[in-house]
Amino acid sequence: MTSTSGARALPGAGSGGPVRIAARGLAVRHGSRRSWALTGVDLVVDPGERVLVTGASGSGKSTLLAAVAGLLDDEGAEITGELTVDGGSPAAARGRLGMLAQDPDSQLVMTRAGDDVAFGLENAGLPAELIWPQVDRALAAVGFPHGRDRATQALSGGEKQRLVLAGALARRPGLLLLDEPTSQLDADGAELVRTAVARTTTDRGTTVLVVDHDAGPWLPLVDRVVELVDGGLVEHGPGWRPTPRAAGLSLPPATDGPVLLTAEGAGFTYRGSPAPALRPTDATLTAGRVLAVTGPNGTGKSTLALLLAGLRGPTAGRVEASAELARGVRRGGTTPHLWRAGDLVTRIGTVFQNPEQQFLTGRLHDELALGPLRSGGHAATARATAEALLERLGLTAFADANPYTLSGGQKRRLSVATALATSPEVLVLDEPTFGQDAATWRELVALLAEQRAGGCAVAVVTHDADLVHVLADDEVRL
Amino acid sequence: MTALALGPVPDVALSRINPVTQLAAIVVVTVVLLTSLDLVTPAVVLAAELCLLPAAGLRTPGAVWRRTWPLLVSAASVGVVNVLLGDDADPLDGLALVLRVLGLALPGVLLVSSTDPVRLADALTVHWRVPARFAYGALAALRLVPLLATEFEALRLARRTRGVEGGRNPVAHLRLFAGISFALLVGAVRRGSRLAMAMDARGFDSGVPRTNARGSTLQVRDAVFLAATVAVCAAAVATSVAVGAWHPLFGG
Repeated sequence: MTSTSGARALPGAGSGGPVRIAARGLAVRHGSRRSWALTGVDLVVDPGERVLVTGASGSGKSTLLAAVAGLLDDEGAEITGELTVDGGSPAAARGRLGMLAQDPDSQLVMTRAGDDVAFGLENAGLPAELIWPQVDRALAAVGFPHGRDRATQALSGGEKQRLVLAGALARRPGLLLLDEPTSQLDADGAELVRTAVARTTTDRGTTVLVVDHDAGPWLPLVDRVVELVDGGLVEHGPGWRPTPRAAGLSLPPATDGPVLLTAEGAGFTYRGSPAPALRPTDATLTAGRVLAVTGPNGTGKSTLALLLAGLRGPTAGRVEASAELARGVRRGGTTPHLWRAGDLVTRIGTVFQNPEQQFLTGRLHDELALGPLRSGGHAATARATAEALLERLGLTAFADANPYTLSGGQKRRLSVATALATSPEVLVLDEPTFGQDAATWRELVALLAEQRAGGCAVAVVTHDADLVHVLADDEVRL
Repeated sequence: MTALALGPVPDVALSRINPVTQLAAIVVVTVVLLTSLDLVTPAVVLAAELCLLPAAGLRTPGAVWRRTWPLLVSAASVGVVNVLLGDDADPLDGLALVLRVLGLALPGVLLVSSTDPVRLADALTVHWRVPARFAYGALAALRLVPLLATEFEALRLARRTRGVEGGRNPVAHLRLFAGISFALLVGAVRRGSRLAMAMDARGFDSGVPRTNARGSTLQVRDAVFLAATVAVCAAAVATSVAVGAWHPLFGG
């Protein structure tokens, strides 16, 4: 075993090499559901192989991952067919498993980077004197740029994910499961994580299963790709490429209307913070056009969205609504953050990055009717609006369902729809396409283009280059 | 926002005393102060505790105030309320109570200022055999607490985007607060279960006897610290008896 690349130089804790996964006719149905999440999956992953499992949201990717990780037994799921990991039951192989999931903050345990990597080795009962050399090797292998004493809270998202990866690899897992590990990172952070995965797995010391709806970026570092389609598995040959999500998209063009909202030298500094979260910035929102706000993490893109949305007042410069947009407000004049919430929602609609934060009711129908009601609309009108939007989004069948029970893509569509329910003239969206599969992506783009054509001024904070390419008429780069 | 974040606590002089030694000292002080109702005993103990403030990194009045203002405010109000509402309202009794509250609580402030949470968990599991599931589970959960403040603000703004805000109506404010708190709780539970799964995936509490990479040792200085604590408490009681002020909880 060579260690010239620093890849697999972690002696000690684990026993045995990479594991083999074999599924035959695997079908799974979750306790509370009527339909089967997986239907007859046949999959063999040889020891040391690196396989990407892709598929649209709701295609059964998470279920397959949970099955391999041995987590299904805890949930009371109905399982038929056969699945073995390392020749035995998945639950029995849990000790040989390394895991990297989406949210970095719920995977770190300790306050210092080195302690966090050591955590898994302590759990394995490794003597203390063997732990630190192994921690240092794991940190070096993933290209962690800081020392052991670095506070975990001071790390960027990409660095945190690298640290979690180091913690998993230090235990010398026979199987590494990666569950959309870059879905919450910006492009640079995602690249950091994929590079670290590539570096540490080239020597085939561990079997790797990557689950991600966004297949493209993983192709250079996996041996083969399988796709889940409606619970069944499709094997893709070498040279397979995902269809570009923007292919064949035809959108209504921008129209030209009046300026509705302007930011002049608008900046924001949190109280007690030495550095501004957003440097003074100019931006103009025009009816019938889409403004993209782009730039690396930490430059204040989301903060600018909050200022434009009238949710925070700028601490420098100003954000001003046109007389037309501000007509009829009961308080605050042309300063949106002073408006009453009821006045705000009919003028500026906002969509947060996390849809769940904006859900307030236990029923889809009520969720859509809430905005119209809070802004003083009649109950009958609100009901009609809600029904029309449910129809438009193809969610009529879920009218009585709880918003929290929807799939990721459905939640995203619902949160956009709740903002549209009050027909605002300005729409502000923070990373609307983050973590969305191709189908939802196309639907969102079409929906936003439709709003633009209807004379709405749209501002989108985004890292998504495709979105900027197909939709943006103007761009502010921070 | 960074002021809220839970991170490593920098080493200060008092950090060289093992956290379990400090906890043992707190037990000694607590027993003595809970059973002495006079003015002199808590005064002597409190004076000794104040001498340790610089060792805990609390060197300037500003630093002391930031760490202790809730304690000072509550101690003062406890004293005032007791004097005002007590049957035999003696200001000296009120003062004695204030000193006892401060003397009881200040060791906790010293412990928190000088102890890294990870070192505390290490010490508890190594020396007192506290179950790892409890000690490190609490530690991991504690890391998530600062996120709650950020999350609370996001939820408040999210409600404004839906047309929901308190305005000038106090009842509406209360309902808004209750709604946000509930959403916060739901989110915390879900994040907590994800964290538990991640810890599980790294072999936490899997039945293998756990080792400790950092270790936690008890030195001669720990014995000296504990002995000094006992000595100070004994001196406090002795002084109190000598000046004729001693008033124990039982008897007298």
